[in-house]
Amino acid sequence: MQTHISLDVFRYRPEQESEPVFQRYEVPLRKDWVILDALNYIKDQVDGTLSFRWSCRMGVCGSCGMMVNGTPVLTCASFLEKFAPGPIRVEPLENFPVVRDLVIEMSDFMDKLKKVKPWIIRREEEEKSPATEYLQTPSQLADYKQYSMCINCMLCYAACPVYGLEPGFTGPAAIALAQRYNLDNRDQGQQERMELLSADDGIWQCTFVGECSAVCPKGVDPAGAIQRYKVGGAGDWWKSVLLPFGKGS
Amino acid sequence: MENLTIKEKRPKKYIRPMPIFWWVHRWVHIKFIARELTSVFVAAYAVIFLLYVRSIGRGPDAFADFSERLRVPALIVFHAVALLVLLFHSITWFNLAPQAMVIKIGDRKVPGVVIALLNYAGWVVISAVLAWIMLHKQ
Amino acid sequence: MKKHIDPFWWTLFGAGGALSALFLPALLFFTGIAFPLGWFTTPPYEYLHSLVSPWYVRLFFLAIISLSLFHWAHRFRFTLYEGLQLHHFDLIIPILCYGTAIAGSIFAALTLWNL
Repeated sequence: MQTHISLDVFRYRPEQESEPVFQRYEVPLRKDWVILDALNYIKDQVDGTLSFRWSCRMGVCGSCGMMVNGTPVLTCASFLEKFAPGPIRVEPLENFPVVRDLVIEMSDFMDKLKKVKPWIIRREEEEKSPATEYLQTPSQLADYKQYSMCINCMLCYAACPVYGLEPGFTGPAAIALAQRYNLDNRDQGQQERMELLSADDGIWQCTFVGECSAVCPKGVDPAGAIQRYKVGGAGDWWKSVLLPFGKGS
Repeated sequence: MENLTIKEKRPKKYIRPMPIFWWVHRWVHIKFIARELTSVFVAAYAVIFLLYVRSIGRGPDAFADFSERLRVPALIVFHAVALLVLLFHSITWFNLAPQAMVIKIGDRKVPGVVIALLNYAGWVVISAVLAWIMLHKQ
Repeated sequence: MKKHIDPFWWTLFGAGGALSALFLPALLFFTGIAFPLGWFTTPPYEYLHSLVSPWYVRLFFLAIISLSLFHWAHRFRFTLYEGLQLHHFDLIIPILCYGTAIAGSIFAALTLWNL
């Protein structure tokens, strides 16, 4: 019966090394432990210098995403036993600059989220305080609910080769977030967002690798969101070419 | 008061480069590149089909010549490989269709499986019709 | 919106992908394998000629062939960007890819017109 398992953990301490190294730690192989438990065990009992992000430890905050054996996962949701006999390779999320150890720089991701205008956009001429609420049926909610489940864990960005190759690419989560608002019946900002996302770094960079949806822990299916956006975008493009005097751009 | 310049000390972030052949390391990525490269065989056969039709237009001798040329082992092998590649294209295309096409009937979303099956059904029907067209003069 | 041309290429890519997926496998099987290997007798010449002569058949062939070429052009362009990291050649690669598809489509149109 295997009682312990090894973790090969990516270490990067800019004050002492210019290149990262891997450090091996032995942790108890407990049936109910996840990778995050192992990392906390290392930090508590073995090596207090190890840096990593985590918070809720139950798969809703999106803080603990890391590469485990080359695949981006939530470390709070990945059981050690699954990787037995090990060793388990733990690295920071791919496609992001590494600040220290397992901590990545996420400001690019935050900028991309903001870029897609993730709020309900109403037309200018409307009165600012309507008399009643904007009504939404359960069916209308169902239209966009899936895309609202994103926990901003960035696993999809780590999995997306296009984002790795073209850091300017808007990326899966941001586009899924744009769809969350586009498909919301209370929103009137489809045109504004489409103009942003039709640009060079927008939806047309995506080649439907599909890995983003494969690694998403919340079933958001950003790949599907992007393909649907392409269909809509192509439709809008043809409408603007064939009916130039239509709704206007 | 002296003129103090404060220099911010930012730790140097480590950027991991993406190797040119990033896609050879994982099976999923190899499958992806293979899927994308099916387009080469799609174009290749489209051209061959055009030449086939052209030979029909040029008369019975031209068509007989072209048909003879197609019997060369190298071309048979090419077509066998191309058929497998085209099947891979068709299967991956129809399997991905549900993610791109969300269809609602009234309030209910059509399940993805149904959309994929409809695509496959269309493929079967079209292939059967083509087979009938090609074969019923046997 | 018109200034972005990618939606146009993507539409052709999508149409070409669908048509090629639906029609090409069966066509390839008969013309490239079954008939050359004698699994079935090749239909008589007069029948084939009468099949391909109508203008709507030739138009349909043009659509399949041309859209298959544009399907390749768009997909291959991005495969070069991603598979070989050639994205910085973002002028010459589209010109070569779409140019080839355009040239091939013109050749197909002329060939089918003069059948």
